[in-house]
Amino acid sequence: MASAELRAIRRRIRSVESTKKITRAMELIAASRIVKARQRVRAARPYAEKMIEVIRNVARASGDVGDPLLERRELGTMGVLVVTSDRGLAGAYNSAVLRMAERQMVELGDQGVAIRLYAVGKKAQTYFSFRGYEMAESFLAVTDQPTYADARRIAQVLTDDYRSGTVDAVDIFYTVYRSALSYIPSRAELLPVSPPVDDDGQPDASGPAVSYEYEPDPAAILGRLLPLYVESAIYEQLLESSASEHASRQRAMKAATDNAEELIRVLTRTANQARQAEITTEIAEIVGGAQAMSAS
Amino acid sequence: MVVASTSMRVDVVSPEAVLWSGEAEFVVARTVDGEIGILANHEPLMAALATGTVNIQAGEDRIRATVGGGFLQILNNAVTLLVDEATLEED
Repeated sequence: MASAELRAIRRRIRSVESTKKITRAMELIAASRIVKARQRVRAARPYAEKMIEVIRNVARASGDVGDPLLERRELGTMGVLVVTSDRGLAGAYNSAVLRMAERQMVELGDQGVAIRLYAVGKKAQTYFSFRGYEMAESFLAVTDQPTYADARRIAQVLTDDYRSGTVDAVDIFYTVYRSALSYIPSRAELLPVSPPVDDDGQPDASGPAVSYEYEPDPAAILGRLLPLYVESAIYEQLLESSASEHASRQRAMKAATDNAEELIRVLTRTANQARQAEITTEIAEIVGGAQAMSAS
Repeated sequence: MVVASTSMRVDVVSPEAVLWSGEAEFVVARTVDGEIGILANHEPLMAALATGTVNIQAGEDRIRATVGGGFLQILNNAVTLLVDEATLEED
């Protein structure tokens, strides 16, 4: 009969093994999601590039056509959009971007700027509501696999608030995916829209202006283009964040799987020792019993 | 340009993918001001697309795209359709 100690150890081994199966599965799922998010970033690039090209051409050709989305206003209320995940178990992914956003918000608060907070992901929502921040809007079930429709929904809320004067500018805090091991919490200005600049960082005024025919007029075209530009920027930032989230989760789950393996090794050794001790005891008892019989 | 070509480059691009790209002879699209037909070597044009159908004639193939809106740019004998939502049919 196995001793109580041996049975307890075997039970622990089984439990660690099933945990290992779960973390291993999460690791594999995360790995495939990274690939998917990266593919979608690549698939979205032609549209984003064409969009920038078109806006640049229109802006150049139409001179100083103004648009409400381009206009810089004095900063009374700052919109802050923070992109996090819905689920945890993703290492430092969420806390890094949340800390960065909160630091910025405290700084703005010190300058007397009011904050209007928008959250993507349950983690941002709970983090900030726990700390007593008021949430203007939260978008959930987005970051696991972001779609363009998600980006459009978010962009719609932000541009509406910007147009109505509820916020005077909007910054997004998200995570840039560099590689499987490196993802950087980042900040970008969403609104007002900064007109795209050329690769050398200079607003291009030199190139030959294209004389387009416009249908309808340039101002109307620009007015339709800019909201789409905001959408496509948010879409890309969501995808970057999603890739980072999955990369971070993959790494965290890999570490958990490795730990489980190590734990199983140690526990198996302990179990073997306990089993051996039991056998030794039994033999000693039998030998002792036999000696007692022959002695009598 | 030495010889005026009879075809032009056409790209149909949505935010999530490049839907179609290739050489085409004739494109019909609906802009907010009405329907336009585009042949090769069209002058530069920037137009807002209305909800409707875009027809592309590429050799023997006819591609019909139903778009929700977007933009049409013609520049250097290349037509770029930036569409927000689209479904494609080929026959």
